[in-house]
Amino acid sequence: MVTIERPVTATRAPAGPRPRRRRPWPTIAVFLAPALLLFGLLVLAPIAVAGYASFFTWNGFGVPTEFVGAENFRRLLADEVFAGDLRRTLLLVGLSIGVQLPFSLALAMLLHQPLRGRRAYRLVFFAPYVLSEVVTAVLFTMIFSPNQGLANHVTRLIGLGDLGATWLADTRTVMFSLFLVISWKYFGFHTLLYLAARQGIPQELHDAAATDGAGPWRAFRHITLPLLGPTIRISVFLSVLGTIQLFDMVWVLTGGGPIRSSETLAVTMFQEGFKRFQVGYASAISMAIFLISLVFGLLYQRFVLRRDLEGAITTMGDRR
Amino acid sequence: MSHADGARAARHGALHLVAVLVGATVLVPIVFGVLGGFKDNGQLFTNPFGLPDPWVPGNYTDILGSGEFWRQTGNSLGIALATTVLVVGIGAMASYIFARYAFPGRELLFTVFAIGLMFPFAVAILPLFVLLRELGLLGNPLGVILPQVAFGLPVTIVILRGFFRGIPGEVEESAVLDGCGPVRFFWRILLPMSRPALGTVSVLAVVGSWNNYLLPLIVFNDSRWWTLPLGVQQFQSQYSADTARILAYVTLAILPALLCYALAERQLVAGLTSGIGKG
Repeated sequence: MVTIERPVTATRAPAGPRPRRRRPWPTIAVFLAPALLLFGLLVLAPIAVAGYASFFTWNGFGVPTEFVGAENFRRLLADEVFAGDLRRTLLLVGLSIGVQLPFSLALAMLLHQPLRGRRAYRLVFFAPYVLSEVVTAVLFTMIFSPNQGLANHVTRLIGLGDLGATWLADTRTVMFSLFLVISWKYFGFHTLLYLAARQGIPQELHDAAATDGAGPWRAFRHITLPLLGPTIRISVFLSVLGTIQLFDMVWVLTGGGPIRSSETLAVTMFQEGFKRFQVGYASAISMAIFLISLVFGLLYQRFVLRRDLEGAITTMGDRR
Repeated sequence: MSHADGARAARHGALHLVAVLVGATVLVPIVFGVLGGFKDNGQLFTNPFGLPDPWVPGNYTDILGSGEFWRQTGNSLGIALATTVLVVGIGAMASYIFARYAFPGRELLFTVFAIGLMFPFAVAILPLFVLLRELGLLGNPLGVILPQVAFGLPVTIVILRGFFRGIPGEVEESAVLDGCGPVRFFWRILLPMSRPALGTVSVLAVVGSWNNYLLPLIVFNDSRWWTLPLGVQQFQSQYSADTARILAYVTLAILPALLCYALAERQLVAGLTSGIGKG
């Protein structure tokens, strides 16, 4: 790996007038200090404290003193709500990977066609991504509202009656309504990622395939899809991490209800920590979120992203 | 018209149909919000799809005249700007060192920041709340800005370091030969040369701050500092039965974001996809 360092030639040149050489340490210290200070104090320390607090019974005031060992974690593993959180996270991950992302991919392939006005379509598809989750959630609360909401009007219009009377209020439908809103907001983002990657594939490859007699499906299967691989893997990664950490949308849309049937890990953590002041137990949930994210992230990087990540995230603008 | 042309036209028609349908599912909720704000609740019930008849501008004018909406918009804007300036400034300084200075422990430190990309905000929120309370930063915009900066550093540093490394070493050599110190090189040469990357990380910071909810929620008890997401949610619980009024508030909260998006779409899209989109 080539690392560009400070005056390379100047220090290596054995003869000739050498420029005044500065000691790098003060510069390094001054330039790094603010980032280290903020990151250490407001990111690393709180996470470490959460880890520490997860071994205590603590109401969040003063210093945690009532050490209970792994009791919080034992309680967590036996907690039906926590088990439900994990199931719901898996359900959302499955739906995202199985429904939302393939849909985004299909749409990106469509938008890649020479289609009149595709810039306008792209503009529209991506728009929900810039809205905050909270504002989106409030808008959809209104849309799912039993009387004035749009959703019920639509189902009545297409002859499904009041099927939708209970979009967010029924334990059987709430997760799918939630998934609908999440997809509405995020599918455009993934579509755009795929589209950008698709446009980066040289046309010659598809021309050559066509000359060799490959139909559109085979060209997609053997050329487009493999070359989109890195982007698809990144998009799955972002989607899964986002789902593990889901909070805003759920909190505003359902508050985790009805009867905790749409609660996520972060919502349970918030309930325990900020509503019931069980900060020790809530910290144990934090740690669970942390560990799940980290283990997933590291395993995914290790086994799936390995080579992609080098070129995709860490070396943007690098002409290596 | 030849046979092939006909087939192509049919295919195009089908493509457009799909695109229009998807576009409609995206737009209908937003249009429902915009138009719903101009209806009253009776109209929303009897006439959910059509144009308002008559148009009732009262919901909008009430909100625009109340001052609360404007204060929330101002708070959101101020907090987003302060966050962006700080995270880009501090992040750029650190990236400069990570990109162009060699010292023992550099890769380890950088890795810590890079792994920070995977730290969920929710994990730190409880101790962060306790810490901010001890520091007396609850109810203070700094209590939102500083943690946002800290959590924004990983993505800023990862992107900027990559970009800074791509700037040829000769540029720096000649600057040093001309007697340029590290601060002047950073400020006068490196930053101006890095405008595209700085734009990218700025966009990420603005969007992140503008949309943040959890942190303002726990830091601001006093409605004086509420940001738009908090305001919208509070408004919803206050007028829970008045759908039309809430739709008007949502619409007004959406507009700045959509306007910004329409104006800076290219930059935004490039920003959000540049780091991850090129496979």
